[in-house]
Amino acid sequence: MDRLIFLTLDGLSRGAVYAAFALALVLIWRAARVVNFAQGAMAVAAAYVAYSVTAATGSYWLGFLAALAAGLLLGAVVDRVVMRHVNHASPLNPVIVALELVLLIQAVLGMIYGSQFRPAEVPFSRSAFTVGGLTVLSPYDLFVFAAVGVVVSALAWIFARTAVGLRMRAAAFAPEVSRLLGVNVGGMLTLGWALASGVGALAAMLVIPTELGLHPHAMDLVFVSAFTAAVVGGLDSPPGAVVGGLAVGLLLSYVSGYAGSDLTPLAVLVLLLAVLLVRPGGLFSTVAARRV
Amino acid sequence: MSELGGLLVVRGLSAGYGAAPVLHDVDLTVAPGSISAVVGANGAGKTTLLRAVSGMLRPLAGRIELAGEDLRGTPVEQLVRRGMAHVPEGRGVIGELSVDENLRLGGLWRRDRADAARALDEVYQLFEPLARRRRHLGHQLSGGERQMLALGRALVGRPRLLLLDEPSLGLAPRVVAQIMALLRQLRDRTGLAVLLVEQNVRSALSVADQGVVMSLGRVAATAPAAELRDDADLRHAYLGF
Amino acid sequence: MSATRAVAPPQESPVGAAGRPGAPRRRGGTLLRHLAVAVVAGLLLVGVSYAVEPFRNFQLATVAAYLCAVAGLTVLTGLNGQLSLGHGALMATGAYTVALCQNAFYDRGLTGGWLLPVSLAAAVVATVAVGAVVGVAAARLRGPYLAGVTLAVAIVVPALAVTFDGVFNGEQGLSVPVEPPPLALGPYFPYERWQLWVAGAATLLALVLLANLVGSRYGRTFRAVRDDEVAARLAGIHVARTQVLAFVVSAATAGLGGALLAVLAQSVSPGAFSMTLSLFLLMAVVIGGLGRLAGAVWGAVLLVALPDLSHSVTELFTLSPAAAQRLEGNLPLAIFGTTLIVVMIVAPGGVQGLLSRLGRAVLARWRARRS
Repeated sequence: MDRLIFLTLDGLSRGAVYAAFALALVLIWRAARVVNFAQGAMAVAAAYVAYSVTAATGSYWLGFLAALAAGLLLGAVVDRVVMRHVNHASPLNPVIVALELVLLIQAVLGMIYGSQFRPAEVPFSRSAFTVGGLTVLSPYDLFVFAAVGVVVSALAWIFARTAVGLRMRAAAFAPEVSRLLGVNVGGMLTLGWALASGVGALAAMLVIPTELGLHPHAMDLVFVSAFTAAVVGGLDSPPGAVVGGLAVGLLLSYVSGYAGSDLTPLAVLVLLLAVLLVRPGGLFSTVAARRV
Repeated sequence: MSELGGLLVVRGLSAGYGAAPVLHDVDLTVAPGSISAVVGANGAGKTTLLRAVSGMLRPLAGRIELAGEDLRGTPVEQLVRRGMAHVPEGRGVIGELSVDENLRLGGLWRRDRADAARALDEVYQLFEPLARRRRHLGHQLSGGERQMLALGRALVGRPRLLLLDEPSLGLAPRVVAQIMALLRQLRDRTGLAVLLVEQNVRSALSVADQGVVMSLGRVAATAPAAELRDDADLRHAYLGF
Repeated sequence: MSATRAVAPPQESPVGAAGRPGAPRRRGGTLLRHLAVAVVAGLLLVGVSYAVEPFRNFQLATVAAYLCAVAGLTVLTGLNGQLSLGHGALMATGAYTVALCQNAFYDRGLTGGWLLPVSLAAAVVATVAVGAVVGVAAARLRGPYLAGVTLAVAIVVPALAVTFDGVFNGEQGLSVPVEPPPLALGPYFPYERWQLWVAGAATLLALVLLANLVGSRYGRTFRAVRDDEVAARLAGIHVARTQVLAFVVSAATAGLGGALLAVLAQSVSPGAFSMTLSLFLLMAVVIGGLGRLAGAVWGAVLLVALPDLSHSVTELFTLSPAAAQRLEGNLPLAIFGTTLIVVMIVAPGGVQGLLSRLGRAVLARWRARRS
């Protein structure tokens, strides 16, 4: 019983990160109809920026802010310099270009930082509190929940309540009509990429210290888990991404707790396949993954 | 025809999709505070004309001026700032957004937030049914309500010139009559100029000041609407009634 | 085995054949022509294998192994429109199968020239089985969903070597015992030349089969499904079956390619079949030109040549050993990535597309000058 509670809380903490990362994927999918396969690599790049800033200044928080800024900037650059110019006539093209970006970013990171694992700092202790003999969350887990909670709420507020959010939604749903109404559709797309990439950077900052450490491939498996989460929620649905992220986090926590952590990658693959084959549109969406 | 006093002046406009032009050498003038109806058979190039005027389609040749300013090279999203509003074919109501959001979108570009809010209130007064359904999503509305929403959204921007593509499409005659009456009322009260594209020739000419008959991508005739209504030959030749 | 084996591809992909006036389009003619080209290429390669040093022989053999996988992926992605990021995992399947087979044979004390072909065949069969499973799932998925699933396969399958380390020996991997060259070739026959012959023969065989498949009725249905699924369905093509077939075929060649790599390296470990390899394969297809079988050669050559080139480049600079090591592993990837992004934006037809265009332009000019 104690173990179940611990695994549940741990899974929710992990799931919060997947939720954020899945949300970033959904943001770009909704805005540009592109699944950003480069998001993991972009987020790792931002985390390396944090590593450098923290190493230079000695401050975790300066590095944290630098990672968010780098994430925002990288997203905007990727949209303006690369994605904007890709011919979207075939849906294969943006996927292939995103994968090329993965190669490029990981290679550049490898050239600058090498490919050994680097320990990532945490701002709060990762040793869990014990409440009445029960091991529960660590201060760091609470930080993860707070950070993800703030970002998800902020995004929800931006999209639902602000003029810029209304413009972004309009540009995504009906680009041509939006232009007629004076919306700078291209600008909104870039903003969407920047926001998504910033959220991705945050997720990387949160998850990397809990795994093996900083490495050019550190987000590969996280990407697959978050993609699964986004698919579980239906690629089109931001609330679905959050719920999907928590669900995937829980599942992986249980699998790794009860069956061994070696099996978690396999569990992700099985879950992804199962969802896509049984309910292709995800649990929260009416859009089908299948055509015809 | 005098170019003086034209709010919208189109000269020698050719436009189309790909290399083949749909419009050939079109001339058109819309005076301020007047309603011009572009009529003609299916495929005459009416919608293409509107798309070219609002910049959604790059003209192959010719000049388009709004209040004496050349519109060439003006991005589509800047046209609302010049006072032009385009209600596209199929109305362009964004189904995923609420009625209120659709309407606010029409005024987001404006610096004068207070007046944008006033314009929004005016639209709600003008279209009672929309005020009752503020929170509903666009795709939950009926055809008539959608047309009101599309029109209202354009009016929130307080345009000088309104481009309207087939507002009567799919609507009951009673609703069409209401919309036409509303256009005339707006013209008289606010000095709004309207370029109206219509299949429904009778109701379009009944409300218009000027009629433009298009055929196979060219302007076949331009005349006061009343004359066109009474010119049996023209009606037979181009309008089929 | 005869001496007529080589690594060079049949130059006459259907794309090339269509461009040549008067080329016979009958089936038998196509098969014969592919065989003839293969024989010529094989003879050429045997010549080359004697002319160049052992290390180059080994490199060419590696090119052959990659070519096998890249050509199969070209058929799947380029001709059938299915994106697979999981072919590295399929190569791993072939590689581990060959390793397990060879080890099983040697543990039982079996020897002989027939072992390797049997193991290679077993690798192909095992990969076909895995490919069929993935293919059935893939046929139900589209676009980003398919890409995501195959990416998961690429990341997850190599990790299984660690999960089930009792069989696959974890990160360490397995060794692959391989027989020396037959004594009939003489006692001093270089081992690398023998490797090139083996890899070349296997790849050439695979390429002839692929080229014929592509030129056949099946190839046309592959393309029809890629271009417009609904139209293909209306034309009576069983879309799902076609997609599964394409997946299985390309899995078979990927398995063979992976098996050859394992045989060449005489070992197999999960590190050799990372996600990066899967991306590399796809990129090789892109750089060769999506859907051009002949283009697969460019991709495969680049996969082997780029690391070599970047090694030479890094040697030009005086760097600290650590920096040189970082640069060496990653510079080719960086160059590759950048080049490919530019290729995708500027020339989606890839290198082979550029060459074809260039060739046509030169030909047109030549004709114009003559008349």
